[in-house]
Amino acid sequence: MAQLIVNGRHYEVAVPDPAIWLLYVLRNDLGLSGPKFGCGLGQCWSCTVLVNGIPVRSCVMSTDFVEGKAITTLEGLGTPEAPHPVQQAFLEEQAMQCGYCANGMILAAAALIDSNPNPSDQEIAAALDRHLCRCGSHGRILRAVRRAAEIARQRIAG
Amino acid sequence: MNRVLNRQPGDSILGPNLGNRPALSRRAFVRGAGALVLSFSLRPALFAQTGLPGNLRRQPELDAWLRIGTDGAVTLFTGKVEIGQGIVTALAQIAAEELDVAVARIEVITADTERTPNEGITAGSTSVEQSGAAIRQAAAELRHLLLERAAARLGVDAARLDVVDGVVAERSESGAAATNVPTLSYGELVVGAPLNRPATGAIAPKNPSQHRVVGTSVPRLDIPAKVFGEPAYVHDLRLPGMLHARVVRPSSYSARLVAPLSTAATLRMPGVVQVVRDGSFLAVVAEREEQAVGAARQLAGAANFEGAGAVFDTRDVSATLRAASSQRVVVRERVASSPMPAAVELAADYSKPFLAHASIGPSCAVAQLDGAETEKPHLSVWSHSQGVFGLRSALGRVLGLPEDRIQVIHRQGAGCYGHNGADDVALDAALLARAMPGRPIRVVWSREDEFRWEPFGSAMSFHLAGGVTRDGRLAHLSSELWSYPHSTRPGREPNLLASWHRATPLPSPAESTGPLSSGGMDRNSIPLYDVPTLSVIAHPLLGMPIRVSALRSLGAFGNIFALESFIDELALAAGIDPLRFRLQNLGDPRAKAVLEAAAHAAGWTAPAAAASSAATMGRRRGRGLGFARYKNTAAYLAVVVEATVTLGESPENGRPSAIELDRITAAVDAGQVVNPDGLRNQIEGGILQAASWTLFEEVKHDGERITSSNWSSYPILTFSHAPDVRVEIIDRKQEPSLGVGEAAQGPTAAAIANAVYDACRARVRDLPLLPRKVRVALAARG
Repeated sequence: MAQLIVNGRHYEVAVPDPAIWLLYVLRNDLGLSGPKFGCGLGQCWSCTVLVNGIPVRSCVMSTDFVEGKAITTLEGLGTPEAPHPVQQAFLEEQAMQCGYCANGMILAAAALIDSNPNPSDQEIAAALDRHLCRCGSHGRILRAVRRAAEIARQRIAG
Repeated sequence: MNRVLNRQPGDSILGPNLGNRPALSRRAFVRGAGALVLSFSLRPALFAQTGLPGNLRRQPELDAWLRIGTDGAVTLFTGKVEIGQGIVTALAQIAAEELDVAVARIEVITADTERTPNEGITAGSTSVEQSGAAIRQAAAELRHLLLERAAARLGVDAARLDVVDGVVAERSESGAAATNVPTLSYGELVVGAPLNRPATGAIAPKNPSQHRVVGTSVPRLDIPAKVFGEPAYVHDLRLPGMLHARVVRPSSYSARLVAPLSTAATLRMPGVVQVVRDGSFLAVVAEREEQAVGAARQLAGAANFEGAGAVFDTRDVSATLRAASSQRVVVRERVASSPMPAAVELAADYSKPFLAHASIGPSCAVAQLDGAETEKPHLSVWSHSQGVFGLRSALGRVLGLPEDRIQVIHRQGAGCYGHNGADDVALDAALLARAMPGRPIRVVWSREDEFRWEPFGSAMSFHLAGGVTRDGRLAHLSSELWSYPHSTRPGREPNLLASWHRATPLPSPAESTGPLSSGGMDRNSIPLYDVPTLSVIAHPLLGMPIRVSALRSLGAFGNIFALESFIDELALAAGIDPLRFRLQNLGDPRAKAVLEAAAHAAGWTAPAAAASSAATMGRRRGRGLGFARYKNTAAYLAVVVEATVTLGESPENGRPSAIELDRITAAVDAGQVVNPDGLRNQIEGGILQAASWTLFEEVKHDGERITSSNWSSYPILTFSHAPDVRVEIIDRKQEPSLGVGEAAQGPTAAAIANAVYDACRARVRDLPLLPRKVRVALAARG
């Protein structure tokens, strides 16, 4: 039995082995679709989730290691009615083509502007550099993250 | 004997899978449509309607494309699929425009062998041209029928009626929206009164000058689900009782599983339900996904695959290709009646390596076999294939099932950029579903298998020679190209991976000694430039030592890279600015217009000035041009790349050489634009993907097996290397829409190579354009 806190809710998950990768528990036991299987090797970051606000790769993260910690998936970031600034910016910039990598991009950007409300272009590129996008949406994603930071600052100011 | 290659580039990948078979069965119609919709009869399209636009010729029944519910909801059926290119939104816009309903009122059903028209494969940048044209006409005719009916009920001349978001009313005298006049909604018009007609082609769609929805940047309909983590992909499909499976592949192309194999240990692992072996096809089915992954790993260790690998030397791709057995095909030959004397003569050789689709999400499918014990089994397959009808044919052949017992339903995958493992994994799932009747089986490929088993874009080799007259005209040009095929999609020939590994295998293209499809390798091999004396010779290579198939733009990427690099070499040898050289050798005004627009937007100046101005600290800036009209029939695109080359001595001395892309500016003419932001997105993405192919990518093979097996052995472009990209659109509303999805690939590669040359006078002709090749080229120059 694994005790998990995901998107603010407590779960007791009956997993045969608590050391299995977190990605499978989130997708198959909790029915979440945000985190994606991309490589299973910790190379592409499609499987990103936030653990206590830090982006981690759920495809190479043992479930028992994150028990009791606050896990945030894309579903927990915002809703269509109340989107997170990064989600709003990705919609406004149409910042994807296939969108398979968007989960990791959005969560990494959310973590970045949470710790650095006014990131430079270089800081954004550095924060996302390990996240792979195959469609070539890099320019739009960078624009969306800049816009997200603006939206977040405006929300605080407003 | 010479023969002429197919000159209709789209045909080579669309031909085998398009037919006039009925697109819908009665059962699917009744189930899918219910009682609420306009009820057309579902007559099979027994003959092609020749006067109709696009794929309406293949399926003229209006209700195969569009249905209106009594609630006014519009359902749009297309045989094309969303692969991140925004086609669902573009087609919805076209239907909304002609029907005069809000885009939000339209639900789009994409490729499903029992519900949608058969539109072949979603490939070749043809969806707006073929499906869009059909939907535009079908919607215009449906609106006409609805207005006729409204006119009769309202007692008003149909010509006096207007439609606002699916509500029909008489136009007021002033032309302004009338108040307190009787109205009829589309929903009211279809209650209990079926309409029944094939398209006639007699109703004209709107004049583009009246368009209010087409031509605007409607936000993509599929993006919100992807932003909020809702299920959007086949990977997210969860069916009751679903089991997870993984396939254990042979260790190389030619290796086979040597009997016997002990599966007892695997079967004892927790959650393992079954091990399925059929010859060298080996898979494990488990209750949980991680159990399937773990059991597959255990099984791979126990399995003894034997056999020598294919022999292919990727170290010198050009030499290997030219030494292989090939045919000789004349693509185009013409001799000027009065040859012009050339003042400059040049010849050069170019090559590109095998490239991987390398989808960010591995191939995935779900399959379920129902009624296995009955006379009428039904196999359902959920797949991200680009061609569900071709896949159905292929599955039928491999499984020995009639096609009407198989339903292939499209669900989105990650971007595929051509024929990757999507179809193969569907067969994996189908084979396992047959072994486990009644249970949905979900199969996902590992990242390693995705790299090792996908069909790559073929390596290519080119030899170009040409001459320029004293006044800067192209006098003659000849090119020869060597390539493996660029499309081996499943259809008439199954070409599905697992079918080669089963105990009774189907022949794979690799074993073929005759010619495979030659279509695709010659794409864009014929220059659009005015060349009085021209010779284009293709050498389709026989067999297939490395598995290959369609990768975005097929042969056009390599052909345009070679041709547009060579055009720059000719221009510079003749002492002419590359922009001016292109303009004075092109007759097509639309081609000139995109070149001028890109050059203007990029602030094109004489390359010599650009090179000298920034040559400080070993960092040299340059700019380069690339141009093509994709397939010589689709969108026109010109691109200017600005790059900085850092000339380090070697990677070891702490100052490595590097090529950085600073800024890329493109201009595109795709005729009438349906969705400008969608078009920009496609071009931006195509440019950055082509930049990745050009600078970083190369599938490697050690003579026995593919050694590019993950993202560290097959690196791609990342954010820190991604330049700003700007796209100028020349919108020609009165011209037909032209396919645009693959237009950027070739011009970008050439523009990068030309920019690197402009920066440091190093001409790299073999992709990928690695910094060490720049050093080698400089050293060779002395």
